[in-house]
Amino acid sequence: MKLNVLGIIKKYTMLFALIAVVIFFYFNTDGLILLPQNINNLISQNAYVFVLAAGMLLCILTGGNIDLAVGSVVCFVGGIGAVMMDKNINMVFAVIVMLVGGLLVGAWQGFWISYVKVPPFIATLAGMYAFRGLSNVVLQGKAVGVDDGFFLKVFGGGADCYIPDFFGGKDLNITCIVAGAVVAVVYIAYELKKRITAKARGFSVVPLYTLLIRVVCICAVVLWVFYKLANYKGIPTAFIWIAVVLISYGYITSKTTVGRYLYAVGGNEKATRLSGIDSRKVYFFAYINMGLMAGLAGILTIARQVGAQPTFGQLYEMDAIAACFIGGASAYGGEGSIFGVIIGALLMGVINQGMSIMGMEATYQKVVKGIVVLVAIIFDVLSNKKKK
Amino acid sequence: MGNILLEMKNITKTFPGVKALDNVNLQVEEGEIHALVGENGAGKSTLMNVLSGIYPYGTYEGDIIYNGEVCQFHKITDSEKKGIVIIHQELALVPQMSIGENMFLGNERGKKSAINWDETYSEADKYLKMVGLSESSRVLIKDIGTGKQQLVEIAKALAKHAKLLILDEPTSSLNETDSRALLDLMLEFKKQGMTMIIISHKLNEVVYVADKITVVRDGSTVETMDCHSMEIDEDRIIKGMVGREITDRFPKRSGVAIGEANMEVKNWTVFHPIYAERKVVDSVNMTVHKGEVVGIYGLMGAGRTELAMSIFGRSYGADISGTLMINGKEVTLKSPREAINAKLAYVTEDRKGNGLVLSNPIRVNTSLANMAGVSNNGVIDVDKEYQVAVEYKEKLKTKTPSVEQNVGNLSGGNQQKVLLAKWMFTDPDILILDEPTRGIDVGAKYEIYCIINDLVAAGKSVVMISSELPEVIGMSDRIYIMNEGKFVGEMKADEATQENIMACILQSGRGE
Repeated sequence: MKLNVLGIIKKYTMLFALIAVVIFFYFNTDGLILLPQNINNLISQNAYVFVLAAGMLLCILTGGNIDLAVGSVVCFVGGIGAVMMDKNINMVFAVIVMLVGGLLVGAWQGFWISYVKVPPFIATLAGMYAFRGLSNVVLQGKAVGVDDGFFLKVFGGGADCYIPDFFGGKDLNITCIVAGAVVAVVYIAYELKKRITAKARGFSVVPLYTLLIRVVCICAVVLWVFYKLANYKGIPTAFIWIAVVLISYGYITSKTTVGRYLYAVGGNEKATRLSGIDSRKVYFFAYINMGLMAGLAGILTIARQVGAQPTFGQLYEMDAIAACFIGGASAYGGEGSIFGVIIGALLMGVINQGMSIMGMEATYQKVVKGIVVLVAIIFDVLSNKKKK
Repeated sequence: MGNILLEMKNITKTFPGVKALDNVNLQVEEGEIHALVGENGAGKSTLMNVLSGIYPYGTYEGDIIYNGEVCQFHKITDSEKKGIVIIHQELALVPQMSIGENMFLGNERGKKSAINWDETYSEADKYLKMVGLSESSRVLIKDIGTGKQQLVEIAKALAKHAKLLILDEPTSSLNETDSRALLDLMLEFKKQGMTMIIISHKLNEVVYVADKITVVRDGSTVETMDCHSMEIDEDRIIKGMVGREITDRFPKRSGVAIGEANMEVKNWTVFHPIYAERKVVDSVNMTVHKGEVVGIYGLMGAGRTELAMSIFGRSYGADISGTLMINGKEVTLKSPREAINAKLAYVTEDRKGNGLVLSNPIRVNTSLANMAGVSNNGVIDVDKEYQVAVEYKEKLKTKTPSVEQNVGNLSGGNQQKVLLAKWMFTDPDILILDEPTRGIDVGAKYEIYCIINDLVAAGKSVVMISSELPEVIGMSDRIYIMNEGKFVGEMKADEATQENIMACILQSGRGE
């Protein structure tokens, strides 16, 4: 049992770090950090980090490859969308163009990386310059506002970007509470079904009490988050997009053959190739997905900022990369998970927000962030070393 | 004979949960070549790591007495100062640097702030001459062959004024000629008074070179044999290593009928992917029948692996020409996937580099070449995958606590079994096994041979590439002999002897 506890702590190091950081800020901000409004902001402000980090994880899995162009692509795609909507082009069409635009950028970079074997660092460095320049061209160096109310509402911008309360609750958003309950029930059903099929097929299952602990913890967190959101204005629409992205990529990385190939290529590319898997397609897949996510992040960004500017998206790629590495992705590839990405993005978000609430100067915030990233990785490296 | 140079007394080394060395005693006399033999995981390398200070003083129990004094090595440089130098199995050379730079890496000539390159290179040339290399020390490591690189390692050790040289599997990546040259060099050093410890799996080499042989088994020294006072042969050593007599190193195959041809290769020619004018495989013709084990023997660099990989979906080479027939039909296999679909499997010689994803568990490695077999519409059925992995684990007797164990934690023999499992799961008709028993111990070798026999008994064909003559002769039905890209001979197993195979190679060399 004692060994087991140690194992859990090691496995979920960053989760415990997150809890510790939350507790730290809870006491240093007189509990402000856990106010419903702040929980809400944590999600909305960091939507782009979650989305980009999910895409970035795929690239990192294939061998520690990163995409430096992401921030520029966000700005480029967002710029296109903002200009289109500014010219009163249909919002649905604009969204499709932005997503396809992201996809094409991903395909462009992916092509050079996977088929011509340009090192990803260089290919995307080139993209970082080129798409930043193109954003300026598209926006003609100016800020362009977005005033399509429906667009803003759907993608988490403007004053009212929440799922409406269908039950008309007064202080408490009842739709939000119901949604939380539904999520918890679906999750419990999923775990139960998994256990029952595994048992029916005669496989060993984890002891019931560990499953119970896990289910109770996860349900508690889910219900708590939804309760907090219900106390504010309900479910932010950006939250839906984050959830869709994270669940999709969680599924892809853990349950599908494509996901398995990402890990295998990162673990040993030659062996994967000789196993009849076309590694070029795997790289291409990773970067095309990264492009798609950059497109989505571009949409979320211009909605949140109610417009586009040529400077948007700077250092977004670094936030995404940091979230992945804090979340335990290996810099050599082959290791990492969406769960880790969630923890990594949250950790960064909480630290940002906590420091802002405490009134720390922005200049020092960056120093702290840098130190946190380094400490997180040092901790991870050391605990992994001890495992051996 | 001489006095005792090194004595390791009651060495015990424990890793969490495992006792790697248990009360080991070793005595090495001055001026002798002392061989350490034992199965993989027996503790030979651990013992040498204790000696060289890789496991620092205090992490083990017992005493190291060197030159009459008790030593406490805290790091490698401590032991190197005393003249104990270890040459590891994996070469520790930087390919992009010159021989001279490598030789004095970390031990630079001149001042700290300014390296004296003239001294570096002239010193380096001196040591290169001692190991019989005529290359200039300004040549880059990547431009010389593996055999010469191994010699550079030795020269590097000499440059550290080695009195006791430890060689861990020095010939594992060398061909027969280079191996022999290396062993002769060791004998030459012995004449000059150098003391050496050699760790090797190749027992014929041990018999050739050693004065004394110490057998390590399960973390203890079992016995030390003096090669001068008694007659030692390989069987005698094997008996000590496995603790029992192995009557037959190659299991018999009986009643396996050899059927019709299921793979034919005609006029197969492959060019080097970089040096476009170099023919790596030259008009090879080969036929493989159902239920047959076909051996391909050749020295390293003969083009065996290149032949196999070029057949396997053009995984190697450029400008491949020739015809490939499978079950009487001509096929063109343009990728490994097409080769797998044509029921071909290639089990690589390079388990770690080309074969397995070491950071992944056995379960994942087993299914990698046949994901379709454990998934529906691209969604993996993990339960089924687990079941498959367990099934093969039991079938091949892989020693592991669970199939969730990372492959990197397994011994060489067990890794080889996982690799075989991966390819057996693709349900191939023809398996090309490239050096299937390289670097694995006697017991595991026997089990791999049994698996080969089971495969052909099930009507499959096995092409076994090997550079171990006894293995090729013991296991094959028919043998092709390959030299410099060409098939230079073909013989039935019962006609083949080590002598006439070697003669075949030598003649072909002269014919040029």
